[in-house]
Amino acid sequence: MSDQVVISPVVRQPRSYAWWNAVNAWLLLLPATVLLVAFTHYPILATIRHSFFIMRRNGTEVFVGLDSYRSMAADPIFWRALVNNFWFALGTIPTSIALALLMAMWVNRNMRGRGFLRLAYFTPTVLPMIAVANIWLFFYTPDYGLLDQLRGLIGFAGWNWLGDPSTVMSCLVVMVIWKEAGFFMIFYLAALQQLSPDLEEAAAVEGASRWYTFRRITFPLLMPTTLFVAINAVINSFKLVDHLVIMTKGGPNNASTLLLYYIYEVAFTFQDSAYAATLTVVLLVLLSTVALIKFGYLDRRIHYQ
Amino acid sequence: MNGRTHPLEVIAAWLLALLWLAPLAYAFWSALHPAAFATSFSLSAPWTLENFARAWNQAPFGRYYFNTVVLVVLILIGQLVLSTLAAYAFARFKFKGSGIAFALVLLQLMIMPDVLIVENYRMIGTLGLLDTIPAIALPYLASAFGIFLLRQTFKSVPQELVEAARVEGAGPLEILWRVYVPLARPTYVAFGLVSVSYHWNNFLWPLIVTNSVEARPLTVGLAVFGAPETGVDWSIITAATVMTMAPLLFAFLLFQRQFVQSFMRAGIR
Repeated sequence: MSDQVVISPVVRQPRSYAWWNAVNAWLLLLPATVLLVAFTHYPILATIRHSFFIMRRNGTEVFVGLDSYRSMAADPIFWRALVNNFWFALGTIPTSIALALLMAMWVNRNMRGRGFLRLAYFTPTVLPMIAVANIWLFFYTPDYGLLDQLRGLIGFAGWNWLGDPSTVMSCLVVMVIWKEAGFFMIFYLAALQQLSPDLEEAAAVEGASRWYTFRRITFPLLMPTTLFVAINAVINSFKLVDHLVIMTKGGPNNASTLLLYYIYEVAFTFQDSAYAATLTVVLLVLLSTVALIKFGYLDRRIHYQ
Repeated sequence: MNGRTHPLEVIAAWLLALLWLAPLAYAFWSALHPAAFATSFSLSAPWTLENFARAWNQAPFGRYYFNTVVLVVLILIGQLVLSTLAAYAFARFKFKGSGIAFALVLLQLMIMPDVLIVENYRMIGTLGLLDTIPAIALPYLASAFGIFLLRQTFKSVPQELVEAARVEGAGPLEILWRVYVPLARPTYVAFGLVSVSYHWNNFLWPLIVTNSVEARPLTVGLAVFGAPETGVDWSIITAATVMTMAPLLFAFLLFQRQFVQSFMRAGIR
């Protein structure tokens, strides 16, 4: 790029000016474009392509059409992972949103020590998931772990929390709620601080109860924030698998596996990259669907542009 | 609303806060006491740094720290440079196809490199970079989020300032450097904090592309160290866990407000 680009349109003819503009813009975009294409766009297309092929032992690729999709439809672990993803989302999202709202309302008040409260609620957000998993793994350890020690005090026997298909998902859900609620809190806090205090004062003057004011005024006004947080939470629920590597490896008997974790296992433990591509296509479709909803909705919001 | 907080609510808020801090407090307790006191909380329990010393000696945590710092710095610098150039193109140049190009950039906000692990692994393999620190960084260097955030900031730069610089004879890159970049400082700080925390904590992709001590970041090192088959003492694992999260936690305690605001801007994109 040279300095002569700045020539004013008066000196040059408009057409060549536009041409120079475009050259400059594309040169500026070039480094980012190369990397985006190499690690986002090309991989997406390659994933789709590879889902229609299988790799022979001798390294040649064979077109198999929808075969991989058929075996996926017949794969109980795939369905298990999908259903688990659904329960994981349903278990974590509403509760962490409700808690986040409660936290934000408290922190927004002129309460004693609210700086400390905000700090306490938000801290889990900055911790690595892998460290969090280590700490919580110990809570759930049978007999020796903290949870069983507490239960022992009131006379209960030990329980293999993460080793039992009926409790493993709930244990992970509780941990993720702890990790995420404080993050969602800050969006509610920002929204609450933009609400006019007049509304609540007017409601108070009218003699409305706090609960009534919340239900009929505050909560509806926070609806855009709730939708926004919910959509982000859904996207997160598809990406969050770090803890599985440490805590359960998807077990027992696939009771805690999630789609991305299953993709990781198929690709890097079972070395079946063709099937992993097929599974990734499902994840891409799910994410795009959520994203379309998100952007369709965000487009109508003021802060977007 | 100030006068109307019920005392019970204050108590509930504090209880929740203590409950929220408990797992972290517990990690510190266990890391700073002998293994015998891992689950018995007694005021007379002796304090010790022994667990840290043993964790540090049993695994190359010094190297892991070094790798993570190199990784985080590499990613941050790459992201800042590439996002600045790209955002400048989108914010101030009118050219054919800019709309489509921008939409293609935004695609990365929805489909992050985190989920394209299979093909990205293949790509890194083709490039011959497996098990290196640049391999961990490469998929993240072009950040749609950074481009988006900076484009918004750049668009709000007053045109008069740009004109003034132009009259003085500044070229496009000079204008970018002298006018746009200084005015976008708060955005750079916000983006930087989010990027550093994200990549300090990132785990799955580094786990996949690295398999040696020389390339492994802290998170992966911790996972390898704490794996049940290694049979390492619980107290030592928590010491390692505390070591992994300590720098970020410390930075957060120091710059709490900036962290919260940055995470908020990162979320509302």
